Amino acid sequence: MGRWLDFESNPWGQEVLQGVSLDLMYLAIGLAVLFTLGHWFWYRRRGFSKQEEVAEAQGSVAGIPERIVRHTLASRIFHWSMAASMLVLLVTAFVPLLGLEFAWVTIHWIAGAVLILTIVYHVIHSIGWQDFWSMMSMGAKDVREGISHFRHVLSPKAPTPEKPGKYPFDHRMYHNGIVVVSLAAIVTGVLMTLRIETPFWEPNTYYPFVDQAVSGYSELGEPVISLTPGATTGLMFVIHGIAGVSLILMVTAHIYFAIRPDKRWFTWSMIRGWIDREHYLAHFDPDKWSVSDGSVQEQAPGGAIADSVVSAPRVDD
Amino acid sequence: MAIIRDMIPAFELFQPTTVEDALVLLAEHGQGAWVLAGGLDSYDWFKDRIKRPEAVIDLGGIDELTGISDAQDGLEIGAMTTLTEIVRHERVRSEYTLLADAAEHVATPQIRNQGTLGGNISQDTRCWYYRSGWPCYRAGGNTCYAAAPQAMNREHAIMGTSRCVAVSPSDTAHALVALDAKMIVRGRRSSNVYDAEDFFIGPATDITRMTVLESGDLLTQINIPGEWANAHFYYEKVRDRGSWDFQLVSVAAAFKTSGNTIDDARIVVNGVAPFPVRLDAVERLVRGTSVDEAVAIEAGEIAIQGSHALKYNEYKQPMMSNLVRRAVRSVA
Ligand code: HEM
Ligand code: HEM
Repeated sequence: MGRWLDFESNPWGQEVLQGVSLDLMYLAIGLAVLFTLGHWFWYRRRGFSKQEEVAEAQGSVAGIPERIVRHTLASRIFHWSMAASMLVLLVTAFVPLLGLEFAWVTIHWIAGAVLILTIVYHVIHSIGWQDFWSMMSMGAKDVREGISHFRHVLSPKAPTPEKPGKYPFDHRMYHNGIVVVSLAAIVTGVLMTLRIETPFWEPNTYYPFVDQAVSGYSELGEPVISLTPGATTGLMFVIHGIAGVSLILMVTAHIYFAIRPDKRWFTWSMIRGWIDREHYLAHFDPDKWSVSDGSVQEQAPGGAIADSVVSAPRVDD
Repeated sequence: MAIIRDMIPAFELFQPTTVEDALVLLAEHGQGAWVLAGGLDSYDWFKDRIKRPEAVIDLGGIDELTGISDAQDGLEIGAMTTLTEIVRHERVRSEYTLLADAAEHVATPQIRNQGTLGGNISQDTRCWYYRSGWPCYRAGGNTCYAAAPQAMNREHAIMGTSRCVAVSPSDTAHALVALDAKMIVRGRRSSNVYDAEDFFIGPATDITRMTVLESGDLLTQINIPGEWANAHFYYEKVRDRGSWDFQLVSVAAAFKTSGNTIDDARIVVNGVAPFPVRLDAVERLVRGTSVDEAVAIEAGEIAIQGSHALKYNEYKQPMMSNLVRRAVRSVA
C-alpha cells in the first residue's frame, strides 16, 4: 500500500494520508503504453477470417440513406469541447509531475469548470433529446452480446457475433467507465477547488474535511489550532488521484482506438457527423439501430438508439 | 512547537574540495543529499529533526567557490563567499552599495561571518508550520496550515501565493534581482545561467521548492553585471526588532537618473510573497518621469494592487506601499 499511497508525518509523528504516490502515475503510464503496443502487435498477428476482411454489407439498401447521421453537430461540439478540457486537465495534472514545470493549478481548475459545463450540457441534451438508455443500458442481453463480440475479437474462429445497435457494447462500457471516473474526479475536484485561491471565494484549506481535534490552547486560553485536516482530506486526494490516473489509461486507449485504421470510420463520424451506408450495413443491426430515409422508427425496448434528431434526415454535403 | 532535541541525528558527512567532486557526490546520493553552505539554515532543520538527510555535502572546503573577482564587466562572486566579505569588499561598497547594504542587514555579525551569499538566497522559508514539521504542501502534503482560518500568519504572504502562503526570507535576494544578477547553476551534465528574477520560483510552479535548484544542482557563482554599477540605490528593511530579525517587508531598488528624472528602474520587494517580487507596473510608471510626491504616492499605491491579506498580515499592505513610496521618493 505504502508504495501507491503517500503518507507524511505530522509533528506528533503520526502518519497522515496525503494522496496517491508518483509511482501510481508511472504505473498508469506504463500500463497505457503496454496496452497500446500490446494491442497493436497482437492485432497484427491475430489473422482475419475471409468474412472479416471484406466486411460485407448485408441486407437491403432500400430506404437507407447513403449517409447516416451518427453524431449531430451538437453532440460533436460537446465531444470535442469535453475532450479538449479533459486533455488540458490531464496535461496540467501530470506533465508538471513528470518534470516539465509550469503554473498548472489555475489552468487545471478552469479546465475542470469547462469540463463540468460541457457535461451538464451533455446530460441535459442526452436525457432530453437522445435515447438516454441506449447508451447506459447494461442488461443481460447486452452483456451476452458484448461477450460474444469479445470472443470473436480474441479469435477469428469464434462464431460471428450478433450485430449491435447504434452503440456496441464496448462503446457503452467505455462510456459508463468514463462517467464513473470523471464524476469521481469532478466531485473531489470541486471540493479541492474550494480550498484554493479562485476569484469566487475565500480559500479555506480546512475545507471540507476537518477530522482531527487538537486541543492546544494559547496562554490567553484561545485555541491555537483547534482542528486540522487529516485522513479524510487525504482520502479526497486519493480519490481524485485514482480517478486521474485511471483517466490516463482510459483516454489513451480511447485515442488509440480512434486513430487505428480499422476504426477510422468511427472517428470520421465524430468529425463530419455521419457514417456511410456500407459501414452501417456491415457493422450494425438495422433492427436495433434503425434509420430510414426520411422517417424515424421507434425502437422496441432494449433496441438501439435512434437519436431522434440524428437518425432521420439525410445529410447533404 | 518545534521540539529542540539534544543531538542531531546521524548522517554521512562529505567534504569535497572541488565542484566536480561535489557534483559527483550529489548525483550519487540523489534525494538523500543535502548541500551545506554556512550551515545556518541547515542545522536548524537537522536539530529539529524535520529534515533528515542521509548525506551532507559540506561545500566549506571548495576554494573555487569563494571570493569576489573583477570581471570584464561587473563582479563575479563565488556562492560560498561570506556575507561579511561582501559587506567589506571595496568595489561592492563603492559601486554596488545596494548589495553591501542588503548583506549588512542579514542577522548579526557572527552570522554574517559564517553565512554565505549562496546560502542566504537558497535558504528555505521561515513559515513555522512548515518548519515545525506539519505535513503541509511544501513538505509534500496537501494542506496549507498557515492559510487556514485560525492560522497565525502575521509574517506570511500578501501576493504571489498559490495554495502555500510562505514568504522568501532572504535579505539579499531582492537586491540581486534589482542588480539584474546572473546565477550560475551547475549540474552533473550541464551548466545553466539564470537571471536572478527567474532563479526564484513560486508555489504555482513548484510548491516544494523556492528556487530552480533541484536535487543534484549546485549554485556556484553569482555574477553582477556592470549595467547597474553606481546607480542610485535604495534599500530598506522593516523588522520587529532592530538588532537581529528576519524582515517583515523590505525593498531593494536601483534607479538610473538624470537629475530627479528616472531613466530606468528596477524595484523589488521581499517578505511579501514566496519569491522576491519585481514591481513591473511601478517601474513602468516611474520610467521617464521626474519624481515628485505625487509620483511616489502613486507608485506606492500601484505596488500593492492585487495583493490579498490573510487574517493577521493586513499591515503588510500599507507597509509595502510606504516602502515603495520611500524608494521612489529617494530620487527626488
Ligand atoms: C477529470 C480529469 C482530472 C484529472 C485527470 C485530474 C488530475 C489531478 C491530479 C493528478 C492532481 C494532483 C496534481 C499535483 O498535486 O501535482 C489534481 C489536483 C487538482 N485538481 Fe484535478 N483532475 C481532474 C479534474 C479536476 C476537476 C474537474 C477539478 C475542479 C473542478 C479539479 C481540481 C483540482 C484542484 C483544485 C487540484 C489541486 C488541489 C491541491 O493541490 O490542493 N480537477 N488533479
Ligand atoms: C482527442 C482524441 C479523441 C478522439 C479522436 C475521439 C474520438 C471519438 C469517437 C470517434 C467517438 C465516437 C465513437 C462512436 O461513434 O461510437 C467518441 C466517443 C466518445 N468519446 Fe472520444 N475522442 C477523443 C477524446 C476523448 C476524450 C479525452 C474523452 C473523455 C474522457 C472522450 C470521451 C468520449 C465519450 C464518452 C464518447 C461516447 C459518446 C458518444 O459516442 O456520443 N473522448 N470519441
